[in-house]
Amino acid sequence: MNTLIAATDRWYPLRRSAEAVLAPLVALIGAAVLFSIFLLFLDASPLDFLDLVWRGAFGSSFSLQNTVQRAAPLLLTALCVAIPGQLGLVIIGGEAAVVLGGLAATVAALPLINTSPIVVWAAMAVAGSAMGAFWIGISGWLKAKLNVNETIASLVLAYVGLALFNHFVEGLLRDPASLNKPSTYGIGDDNMLGTVPWFDVHPGLPVGIVACVLCWVLIYRTSVGFACRVTGGNIRAAQLQGLPVTKLILLACAIGGGCAGLAGAIQVAAEYGRANASLNAGFGYTGILIAFLARFNPLAIIPMAILLGGLGAAGGLLQRRMGLPDATIQVLQGLIFVSILASDTLYGRFRWFQPGATT
Amino acid sequence: MTHAIGVEAIGIGKHFGSFHALSDVSLKVRPGSVHGLLGENGAGKSTLVKCLLGYYQADAGSFVVDGREATIARPADADALGLGMVYQHFTLVPSMTVAENLVMSRRNVPGVINWRTEIDGLTQFMQRMPFKVPLNAVVGNLAAGERQKTEIIKQLYLERKFLVLDEPTSVLTPQEATEMLGLVRGLAHSGALTIVIITHKLKEVAAFVDDVTVLRRGRMAGTGAVKDLGPTDLTAMMIGEPHAPKDPERKGTPTSEARLAVTALRTADDGGRKGLSIDSLTVRAHEIVGIAGVSGNGQKELVEVLGGQRPYASGSVMVDNEPYFATREQSQAHDVRVLPEEPLRNGCVPPMTVVDNLNLRSFDTGAKKSWRWWLDRAGMAARGQSMIAAYGIRTPSPQAPIGVLSGGNVQRCVLARELDGDVRLLIVANPCFGLDVKAVAETRARIMAARNSGTAVLLISEDLDEILELADRIVVMHDSAVVHEMPAAGADPQEIGRHMLGHH
Repeated sequence: MNTLIAATDRWYPLRRSAEAVLAPLVALIGAAVLFSIFLLFLDASPLDFLDLVWRGAFGSSFSLQNTVQRAAPLLLTALCVAIPGQLGLVIIGGEAAVVLGGLAATVAALPLINTSPIVVWAAMAVAGSAMGAFWIGISGWLKAKLNVNETIASLVLAYVGLALFNHFVEGLLRDPASLNKPSTYGIGDDNMLGTVPWFDVHPGLPVGIVACVLCWVLIYRTSVGFACRVTGGNIRAAQLQGLPVTKLILLACAIGGGCAGLAGAIQVAAEYGRANASLNAGFGYTGILIAFLARFNPLAIIPMAILLGGLGAAGGLLQRRMGLPDATIQVLQGLIFVSILASDTLYGRFRWFQPGATT
Repeated sequence: MTHAIGVEAIGIGKHFGSFHALSDVSLKVRPGSVHGLLGENGAGKSTLVKCLLGYYQADAGSFVVDGREATIARPADADALGLGMVYQHFTLVPSMTVAENLVMSRRNVPGVINWRTEIDGLTQFMQRMPFKVPLNAVVGNLAAGERQKTEIIKQLYLERKFLVLDEPTSVLTPQEATEMLGLVRGLAHSGALTIVIITHKLKEVAAFVDDVTVLRRGRMAGTGAVKDLGPTDLTAMMIGEPHAPKDPERKGTPTSEARLAVTALRTADDGGRKGLSIDSLTVRAHEIVGIAGVSGNGQKELVEVLGGQRPYASGSVMVDNEPYFATREQSQAHDVRVLPEEPLRNGCVPPMTVVDNLNLRSFDTGAKKSWRWWLDRAGMAARGQSMIAAYGIRTPSPQAPIGVLSGGNVQRCVLARELDGDVRLLIVANPCFGLDVKAVAETRARIMAARNSGTAVLLISEDLDEILELADRIVVMHDSAVVHEMPAAGADPQEIGRHMLGHH
């Protein structure tokens, strides 16, 4: 009987994986078709567009570098959505975790700027992650203890976080020398992160990839991750099994927030050298899109972040060459998001992918 | 008063993909009769009725309503022909009054409702009815039996001439069931309505039904007048064997020490429903304690407290004389297992695989119950495979999401998981809900086997027959409190029914 069952539908796990790859692919193609129609209304050629996106995002070593540079923080902000997402939570306040993480990292670095860069970086990483973990943790705590809707809570807290950020950057922590763009004092050129040897990218990319891999291992290979998936799949079953649901929610929100906070810290240490409005560039919001594209699978975040990073990188070229407004890319992003959400209805619709279909 | 109509279904066929739900099924219902539609779960009873009411389109066959061939393509067509249905789960709005529910159900509700004329009309209508329900009562406050009556009144108010009742007594006490079925039969025999009752309770068929049609696996298994058929004939038609599976054997006697002791337990009120108030409840080893009660009298809340899904305000829950809060550590230390009702909704993770679901109790423990950080995926798969084999779980693949399995196989998965290894205390809620006769017998045998091997079992069930069959001791809950306790041997169902209703 044992072997009989194993033999009945051996290929089902493979077909299930195929379904998980094909559904978002179909969604992306659908979004491309819709966007082409949109372009035709603007008298622009979809083929030119595709060509420019390719050249602007992946076509040269410069554009490729630009793409992965943009993808680096997105990897981490997508984890801020995907890890709580594994527990069935929809956290959309990663933007605040990024800016507050960047701010906290800067504040932690300032007293240490004359010690060694290693100390500064360590302090920035710890402070940034801790701040992000705390900020998203608030939403998790409200959900776990008071059953406040985590989506609304994280969104509202994102506004609060941005206001706090502006308050400090434009007030208490402002470097009087920063006139047009209020900023904190800088961490100093000596303390800036360099690029990774052989690749001309800052360490945000490897850190983000390592974080995605670690999160994947946590979710799919450990007991804690299994408990998270049980909680996300059916919270009543998790309670019945005595799983510590409250702790798991707090943990997932803290890990996610920590990732987003780290993204802010790395952006400061590698690109801006100080906390200012550059941090508030929509990394958190693009991260939501990527996490949904990846269906909350941390490994799938990597290609999706590079795709979205590429679209962002190509934006400037499109603007110059096709005379399209910068917001065109946002239209495309919006269409992708809607298509991905709609593609959820594709799952289970085709008999071939279902268990037992080929026997 | 309208007049009952006859309905005939001829050679109905219906398939979903490659699955044939109905093949060449015919049903003839005489006007003014009570017709029983019998069969196990999955026999095709509800598919047939849904075709008749226009929710499904039959692939083959035709319907004759009141002597004329009828095309029923949509529910509205059935409505126009005067065909209606009372569902197993009530469709009244609990927060509205009976009168509001009745007016709302009408097809042509005016934009502005003149309540005075409506109430006058309803009062006159109610006077013509053979039984009454209070028009101003809020439905949520009515007892289950009263709600069922209101559902039937609603169908009469909508001028239905033919009515299908889907398992109408499943939520009623024995007294309520007898009264309700008597009223329904009276209505039919007075010529006001034709009734089809979907049921699997043979006692009710014998007492209240004129004719029966039995379905088995989507085919006609037999039909005829009840007075010509004995219970053996009906059982044979339903399950294909002349005798229902035997009751499981009871071995060993309860010990003296309480393994589960609930004392002075109170929970907070919940959405207008009274919180639990249980002064004392004990379960001993080698004992099944059955909790009887009408649905919604605190049984669900009790299971939730014992399963850790609901906090309690005061009192104590002790397992093996130690305070018990249903944490994972405690449930593993004391080997407490829970078989929740609606296992897919309460005890499984539908998107996760069968193997994952079979390992929910043990994924985080290694040898000697030590905590493990890394998942032992090979071990989980092996354990899952052996449970699948031991419990005969039919699944297309061990890696299939558990949500695609049939109800009986989901129940087998949960049984396999919760009865795996040593079980000292087992809490079971409505374990046989929605299972076919064989799966019911198998489930009950496993529960009895657990008891015989020394497990303390708390069985919460809305099916009094199940409690009478399995329990050593019966506890009755009413209004979120334990109101009566008695040994099961020689217990009188009528007396239990009185306690279930809160009469002493």
